[in-house]
Amino acid sequence: MKTHARQFNESARHYTADLHHRELIQKALAGYYARRDEFKSRFQSWPAARDLAADIKREAINHLDRYLDEFVSRLEARGTKVFWAPGAKEARDYIIGVAQQHKVRSVIKSKSMTAEEIHLNEALKQNGFEVVESDLGEYIVQLRREPPYHLVFPAMHLTRRQISDLFHDRLGSEPTNDPEDLTMIARRVMRRKYCEADMGISGANFAIAETGMISITENEGNARLTTSLPKVHVALVGIEKVLPKLSDLALFLPMLATAGAGQSITCYNTLYGGPRQPGEPDGPEEFHVVLLDNRRTELLADAEQRDALHCIRCGACLNVCPVFKNVGGHSYGTTYQGPIGSVITPHLRGLQDWKHLSQASSLCGACTEACPVKINLHHHLLHNRRNAVRVYPAPLDNLLQTTFVFVMCRPGLYQLAARLGRLAQPLQRLIRGTVLDPLRAWTKTRSFPALAEKSFRDRWRERKTP
Amino acid sequence: MTNREVILGRIREALKIAAPPALHEGPPGPAAPLPASPQKWLPPVGETLEEQVQLFRRNAEELKAEFYDCTALNEAIQYLKKLAATGGWKNIGRHRGELTDAVARELGLQEVLTDHGYALNDLESCDAALTECDALVAQTGSVLVSAPGAGGRALSVLPPHHVVLARRNQMVPDLGAALRGAQEKFKGQFPSFLSFISGPSRTGDIERILVLGAHGPKKLTVLLLP
Amino acid sequence: MSMVQVLERLGHTVDYPEAQTCCGQPAFNSGYWDEARAVAERQMAVFRDAEVVVIASGSCGAMVRVFYPELFRHHPREKEARALAAKTFEFSDFLVNQLGVLDVGARFPGRATFHDGCHALRELGLKKPPRRLLQRVQGLELVEMNEAETCCGFGGMFAVKFPMISTAMGEVKCASIVDTGADYVISTDSSCLMQIQGILDRQGKAVKTLHLAEVLAQT
Repeated sequence: MKTHARQFNESARHYTADLHHRELIQKALAGYYARRDEFKSRFQSWPAARDLAADIKREAINHLDRYLDEFVSRLEARGTKVFWAPGAKEARDYIIGVAQQHKVRSVIKSKSMTAEEIHLNEALKQNGFEVVESDLGEYIVQLRREPPYHLVFPAMHLTRRQISDLFHDRLGSEPTNDPEDLTMIARRVMRRKYCEADMGISGANFAIAETGMISITENEGNARLTTSLPKVHVALVGIEKVLPKLSDLALFLPMLATAGAGQSITCYNTLYGGPRQPGEPDGPEEFHVVLLDNRRTELLADAEQRDALHCIRCGACLNVCPVFKNVGGHSYGTTYQGPIGSVITPHLRGLQDWKHLSQASSLCGACTEACPVKINLHHHLLHNRRNAVRVYPAPLDNLLQTTFVFVMCRPGLYQLAARLGRLAQPLQRLIRGTVLDPLRAWTKTRSFPALAEKSFRDRWRERKTP
Repeated sequence: MTNREVILGRIREALKIAAPPALHEGPPGPAAPLPASPQKWLPPVGETLEEQVQLFRRNAEELKAEFYDCTALNEAIQYLKKLAATGGWKNIGRHRGELTDAVARELGLQEVLTDHGYALNDLESCDAALTECDALVAQTGSVLVSAPGAGGRALSVLPPHHVVLARRNQMVPDLGAALRGAQEKFKGQFPSFLSFISGPSRTGDIERILVLGAHGPKKLTVLLLP
Repeated sequence: MSMVQVLERLGHTVDYPEAQTCCGQPAFNSGYWDEARAVAERQMAVFRDAEVVVIASGSCGAMVRVFYPELFRHHPREKEARALAAKTFEFSDFLVNQLGVLDVGARFPGRATFHDGCHALRELGLKKPPRRLLQRVQGLELVEMNEAETCCGFGGMFAVKFPMISTAMGEVKCASIVDTGADYVISTDSSCLMQIQGILDRQGKAVKTLHLAEVLAQT
């Protein structure tokens, strides 16, 4: 059984060698950068907006019990059924129970990373329910039987040709090179599904405590249809999605759109506060909100990294991460990719198995710079590394570090080591690139510079003695 | 212990330790009051209604929505007749309302009225949807709709062309104003559904190329009336 | 030595305490904070009496200025760590922001592009100072590359722990450098320059890396 770290390395080796993939991702993101910068510049102060957004989330997360209770009591007052799910299993079981109770045959889903996290689709299928993803990108990866590539753009890694081939294979549609034609093929399939589905499952981008509503952000309209037509709507919501006030959306909706997708505002931002109310012509008869913990409270308990729960799942950190852009979303091997994924996965799934993601980073800090709610992402990677060393020390690393400290605390030894390095240089050139070369990890792809003839120390001393 | 107690218990236990200040901040002091309106940092909106209308127009056009400022109801009706002709509209979905009633009478097309429920297949076969709205948001070029104000949840998203009839006095400067307006109007008895619509439906999921009409309407037309 | 030459040219007295070794960043970045602290305490002792400490490296500068306070938070020697942090500056930061000097009397004809090392750029906020200095270098034509702010992929141990990712990142960087048509790429960090030169050499490209201090020392 390969460890996750091994799988990561293998996948990273595969993708970093794939120049076509690298080019595709660069191209996909180029338009995003330009549009993001354009809309950021329209803000009177993007830095101040970030400060305010960070403050609002800090308030929400640091009083999470109070705001969750407020959210739930307002929801329940309008007839919504709320289920508190301590873990993934409870959430899955509850949703399956609702489906069974209503004798559901087919389920239509809008995009939900939380549902990915608890492997809801597999569980529903195992229990005999047909599940269709309505978001175009999610539908595409569902047909391909692979996980989403990116939190926000699930099919970012595919060309139109690949999508055309996929639709031709799985749906029997005519091959086409036109993205619009491809979209219309999916649209036609979905129309039937919306009308037939007995239950719609959605996620939520925000949970508004003040008014007891969830807010769903989307461009396609599939979430609106998923939540309007079937007679039961179930929304799966991570407990950290809470915002204190309705007015907070005035800030978060534009920021989410700009940072996440390079848009001024996403096409549909919809608030749901209950099942169909008396006098309303349509809407679900029953509305369920499943609140998911699933170890988020463990991250909450880590006060140093608590701000990682401020995340609004915009994906901005993925979009700027040079590691992500080179290894691709699938290499992470877990629901949440990129920098935020590397930060939170050790908390949600275990430090020992997932510490490697925190190590696979040059700590450039582009993620922290991009985060609209100012999560200290790259420093948390350092924190994860420190925690990993404390709890799971590696003997070889320990030896290396102890030697490092020993030498660095003794200037005489340090100078000796430098001199020996100079002497060993010609020897190193002989074995360079071979299995014996300790620097092979470097020299396989990069040339190594020669050490200077004289060290700075030597030259300094020479100056003093004319 | 109920699930609720389990989760709240975990949260309260976790929050016993206060979060540290960020790396570059000074020593923790008394909590600063949360800053005032986010509007201070968001893109600026003009002071006058006319400026806001122009901003709405610019934003709507950027979002690929059609915007038409009508000096009278009759102008709107004539414009819609043209749309109906070019679009080959046979039937439209709509709800009852002051503006929708007045316009629909003149259009004289087959109608599906959603106010008291409807057959899904009927709504599916409509060429266009005619609705009113709760507000127009200048800052973002958005239309705020609600279940009571726009004929339910599906009407404004199922047919391929959504036409909105709005009055000038429904224009608000920004999202914050629109949300406050909704809070005042509904006084805690919110409809179960409210949505900010910003342009026709779209997707970028295929090679990040913009395609309109992904699942929702391919066309959005906003007609502003005095 | 270039940095020493420039500072002396500007009329300052430069001392080099020979007991110094390393800021401790390799241990810190690997998560060995106790070990990093041990090394840091040595440096704190070495520089205790210095008026100002100048470092020709964004990453070492960031380690002292930004991370020493973090490393010693709630530690008995926190005050000392903060004191050293407050008086330590990366070279371009010192020249431009502390001394208010832009023109150091340098001359270096050539076409160059600038690489923003991540620590200098994001931990120390030094986007402008190196560029302002280079703009005053006689004969130097400075062109910006598209990926100036993108990480070169060095990242310390990352370069040898995840060499395939490190190299891919470096390749992206080098492609952007070559695109500018520049003959030189300049940066505040030798480690970045080593990574970049390592890849350029393997690709057979003629572009040469230069440290900011080396350029400023030319007359």
